[in-house]
Amino acid sequence: MEIKVVRKVLDVNDTLAEQNRKLFAENNIFVLNVMSSPGSGKTATLVKTIHQLMPEIRTAVIVGDVSTTHDAVRLATTGVPVTQVNTDAFGGDCHLAAHVISKAVEDFSLQNIDFLIVENVGNLVCPAEFDIGEDAKAVILSVTEGEDKPLKYPSIFVKAELMIMSKVDLLPYVPFDAELAKSNAKLVHPGIQIIETSSKGDGLDQWTKWLEEKLAAVKSGELVSA
Amino acid sequence: MHEMGIAMQVVEIAVASIPEALKSVRVKSVRLKIGRLSSVVPDSLRFCFDIVSKESAIAGAVLEIEEIPVTAVCKACGNRWTIEGPAFSCPQCGQGSIQLTSGQELDIASIEIEEDE
Repeated sequence: MEIKVVRKVLDVNDTLAEQNRKLFAENNIFVLNVMSSPGSGKTATLVKTIHQLMPEIRTAVIVGDVSTTHDAVRLATTGVPVTQVNTDAFGGDCHLAAHVISKAVEDFSLQNIDFLIVENVGNLVCPAEFDIGEDAKAVILSVTEGEDKPLKYPSIFVKAELMIMSKVDLLPYVPFDAELAKSNAKLVHPGIQIIETSSKGDGLDQWTKWLEEKLAAVKSGELVSA
Repeated sequence: MHEMGIAMQVVEIAVASIPEALKSVRVKSVRLKIGRLSSVVPDSLRFCFDIVSKESAIAGAVLEIEEIPVTAVCKACGNRWTIEGPAFSCPQCGQGSIQLTSGQELDIASIEIEEDE
């Protein structure tokens, strides 16, 4: 006898993600889920970004790692509230799930935050699968990786609204074809936006402009997240 | 990579789906629909499912996985097609504004219960 079930396997996660999204919307917070492979420069990019945004844009960060608080220490030097989530307390996970975010935001006074960055666990596979209640997803691809990353990990590039190509100051020294990487990203996600950055400050204005537009859209109620 | 967590959810939902009146029956199989874009590896999931289900009310059940192709509709010309490779733009008009119509599923469709007689 067959019994119909028809349930999403991740519906517990999706329900919690919707609760998070509602909470963030009530507090007019723009939430960005930043994902990439390990070593692409997520933390370096975010530290630079926060220095540029603060104090006008009140920012907070949730950072996920399998272990250590190294990234949280680096991010905390900017003076913004940072919560480190070590996923080994949640089963050694390779990604942040919605329940982890629900718990982590308890540490923040949400009414004092405009922009919440979630620095996901370095991984191009699993974070794509878990909705955490964010408004947008961004993926970072550094020029010290392969140009074919978007083709190898299509799911995450399909879901990301923005691709940051980081470490572009290293382009003269590495055999990385930036145009090929961009066309690969566009092949997988024709509508993806691409901003080139480096820790020297390349692209920082364009990137913060993108963020400011998102923040303005959240404040005016125009941003309808997926 | 997170197949163990997914397997735990599958077992939990499957166990909860056994009707109250049939609590002592044997569940023969659990049917899943997995989109090809869902980042789940069927073989790994089966392996994890066997481990997780062993100690549960659905011990011995087989995980049957139906893989769902990635399909899309072009917002510009209305063309519908199945995406086989990494290219996600419309093969008919070349437009990039598309909507995925399947391929991201991770759903439990049904459970199969052993008939007594």
